[in-house]
Amino acid sequence: MPNPIPQPAMPQPAIAPPVERENYLNAKYGVWSWLLTTDHKRIALLYLLSITFFFFIGGFFALLIRLELLTPAGDLVQADTYNKLFTMHGMVMVFFFLIPSIPAVLGNFLVPMMIGAKDLAFPRINLLSWYLYIIGGVMMLHCMLTGGVDTGWTFYAPFSTNFTNTKIVEAGLAIFVAGFSSILTGLNFVVTIHRMRAPGMTWSRLPLFIWAHYATSIIQLLGTPVVAVTIVLVAAERALHLGIFDPKLGGDPLLFQHLFWFYSHPAVYIMILPSMGVVTEIIACFSRKRIFGYSFVAFSSIAIAVFGFLVWAHHMFVAGMSVYAALVFSLLSYAVAVPSAIKVFNWTATLYKGSIHYDAPMLYAFGFLGLFTIGGLTGLFLSALGINVHVTDTYFVVAHFHYIMVGGAVMGYLGGMHFWWPKISGKLYPEGWARLAALIVFIGFNLTFFPQFLLGYMGMPRRYYDYSHMPEFQILNVLSTAGATVLGVGYLLPMVYFLWSMRYGKPAPDNPWNAAGLEWKTPSPPPTFNFDEEPVVTWEAYNYDELDSPDKGAPHKEEVPVAR
Amino acid sequence: MPDSTVIGLHHEDEHHPELLHHFADAQQQRDSASLGMWVFLATEVMFFGGLFCAYLVYRHWYFPDFAAASKSIDATLGATNTAVLICSSLTVVLAVWAAQTARRTLLIVSLILTMLLGMAFLGIKGIEYREKFVEHHVPGASFSFDKVQVPGHPDQYANPHHAQIFFSLYFVMTGLHALHMIIGLGIFLWLLIMAWKGRFTPEWHTPVEIGGLYWHFVDIVWIYLFPLLYLIDRHP
Amino acid sequence: MSEHSNSAHAKSPLKMYFSIWAALLICTYITYKAAFIELGSFNAAVALGIATLKATLVALFFMHVWHASEKLTKLVVIAALFFLLLLLGLTMTDYATRPWS
Repeated sequence: MPNPIPQPAMPQPAIAPPVERENYLNAKYGVWSWLLTTDHKRIALLYLLSITFFFFIGGFFALLIRLELLTPAGDLVQADTYNKLFTMHGMVMVFFFLIPSIPAVLGNFLVPMMIGAKDLAFPRINLLSWYLYIIGGVMMLHCMLTGGVDTGWTFYAPFSTNFTNTKIVEAGLAIFVAGFSSILTGLNFVVTIHRMRAPGMTWSRLPLFIWAHYATSIIQLLGTPVVAVTIVLVAAERALHLGIFDPKLGGDPLLFQHLFWFYSHPAVYIMILPSMGVVTEIIACFSRKRIFGYSFVAFSSIAIAVFGFLVWAHHMFVAGMSVYAALVFSLLSYAVAVPSAIKVFNWTATLYKGSIHYDAPMLYAFGFLGLFTIGGLTGLFLSALGINVHVTDTYFVVAHFHYIMVGGAVMGYLGGMHFWWPKISGKLYPEGWARLAALIVFIGFNLTFFPQFLLGYMGMPRRYYDYSHMPEFQILNVLSTAGATVLGVGYLLPMVYFLWSMRYGKPAPDNPWNAAGLEWKTPSPPPTFNFDEEPVVTWEAYNYDELDSPDKGAPHKEEVPVAR
Repeated sequence: MPDSTVIGLHHEDEHHPELLHHFADAQQQRDSASLGMWVFLATEVMFFGGLFCAYLVYRHWYFPDFAAASKSIDATLGATNTAVLICSSLTVVLAVWAAQTARRTLLIVSLILTMLLGMAFLGIKGIEYREKFVEHHVPGASFSFDKVQVPGHPDQYANPHHAQIFFSLYFVMTGLHALHMIIGLGIFLWLLIMAWKGRFTPEWHTPVEIGGLYWHFVDIVWIYLFPLLYLIDRHP
Repeated sequence: MSEHSNSAHAKSPLKMYFSIWAALLICTYITYKAAFIELGSFNAAVALGIATLKATLVALFFMHVWHASEKLTKLVVIAALFFLLLLLGLTMTDYATRPWS
């Protein structure tokens, strides 16, 4: 590795022994050993394959959208095709990539290992949630191939319930089923974190990745059922014209928005919180420092999860809700900025006077820091009632949430994939390529989405396929499309070299980054039950000062481990 | 202090046939299952919560129409069903107690009684649905709620559109509740088979416990549905 | 959870179960009868108050939240109710103040 991290003095096999030891990858062979597995690590890989598939489908739609916007005229696709493109892009990316991304892949893989457990509490339910995800995904694919949906990913009533004749019910059911997959994953994590911690792994010793996933699970558990029942109502309304959301029959379309955003606003935190957890791990490791203000970072995750439920109506300021309630929601929306800012401050303080290493995961973490901060601060613009009215439904909003979801969540996801890939695959990826990819992603991302802030501020509305009456917007749109191309290359690269590394990569040592955390104290790739002997934790999280101190002796045994 | 007893490394000696490999001991497995069910019930609260939210909004907006629509449902059937469910909750706690204290016959009888009461509930529900169907109170094309007086206002008729919203919520809420009852009956059938085979012991009867928690929760939902749907404004 | 086996409370809980059952039936009867009495806006209050009492009894004694349960169970129950109230309460801030604007 070009920029070596101080390795411990104790002898450690740099290369795996010639005879491959049994691990979760080679323990069993055959399709059924994967499709019927209850090993959380194998399920994580199943998720990795499936969400990557959906990521590229969603990316393909994004590409078509950007190509259409290259010229002001609507010349590539028809208006209704364009509507379907951005709808399916949103639905696929939100429900089939972002929400499962970090929790279902990295969370599934790492939560049991980080707390020193053999598996999640309910391995069979874990497998069930993958199957639910696949059933939902197949329904969504079928829906796409047979016509798709044109309402936008929010499928607002009454357009979705009374007017459009696209496949709302099928898409809704797909999301309903995938939602239960998400609920079951959250349930598994909560129970696992409460019940399965290794002896000595107290709450204050948990990696912050675990805290982030705990907070995420709370949202998944308490938010998702509400959108599920909303989908039931939409389906019933479409089938029978009940009038629940139809103003002609006395219903209130805004009620749909309340119920929808009660889940879908916190859902943003389902995407970003795990990413924050990943970034916390990476920053601590590559600054070689204990994370600054551990308990503040931990509780800010919980605070974000709870505050996230208080702010949903800021999506509805111009929809006709009560202005008094809008005032309340505007004020509450500012509150979310507090725990988010605490995190950013504490990451920065961790970096301060740290021994910083610019390995690929750290580059992604830096990218996350910058992009999340921009996304978060523009979120404050949007929570301010006055500015919100001005920029609602413009590209400003599109740029804002892409900075959070792509700049934040996807950057964290990629950073985490690079950080833990040696553990997952047992192989090292080419570091030079990885740094290059991180750079390309960062440049491509900013080139794509920063112009959209300007476009939105100048008044370009979202969801228009033709802006020929405003040709002055073209230059920024061309920049954005060019950036999307660069971004696409940046996303393809890691896939290529990860796959390459599985065959040709050098074997990874157990702890290539000399990182703290139980997952690094077991072989790469880990054995089926994670640890050869049950770990007992006697140290605090992120004990990098101990790891790096030259006289690093045997872990001291000053206290008897306390049971859970 | 011998570490192994504190942290439970050596648990092979107390290996129970139902103990899954990834748990350290039976206690951990039982606590996990119980917490899992409680967390699941929390999600169920929110699942029904969305419907309660819709109900609250429209009851607030269209109180007179809701009152008129509510009055057209048979409150006696609703009250009877409440009593039926409460009795089933009693048989469920008896089943759990029987499993705890190794009373196999009582366990089996309680499980059967619970299922019978559950089926009685669904039967009564069916009678109620049939009445609504005959009266054209099922939302949809054939819905009609014409010239129905608003309780307390003899000169005022309920708005059929608003009444249709009430009946929509009535059918969705009671329908989803009935679906939960049917799932509950499935769970209890499985418990009955397990009990019949004598699989439950005082040491291991977690399925009875968490199945019972589920049943009680469904009971609690009904405890709220009954006054909210049947008793909005009944007095003459 | 730790002390929920029968050894923790040696005396049989049957008496308690049957009294709760009786209380629940009585409450149902009162709810049913009270609905037919003119109480104005108190009709809803009485109906919901009794329903809450009944739900609490079921949760505390039939679902064993009162004894033989750890703090975590209580926390889960409270969290669920808290978020339910958030959903209902914050939604109603809109509906309650919409006529003002």
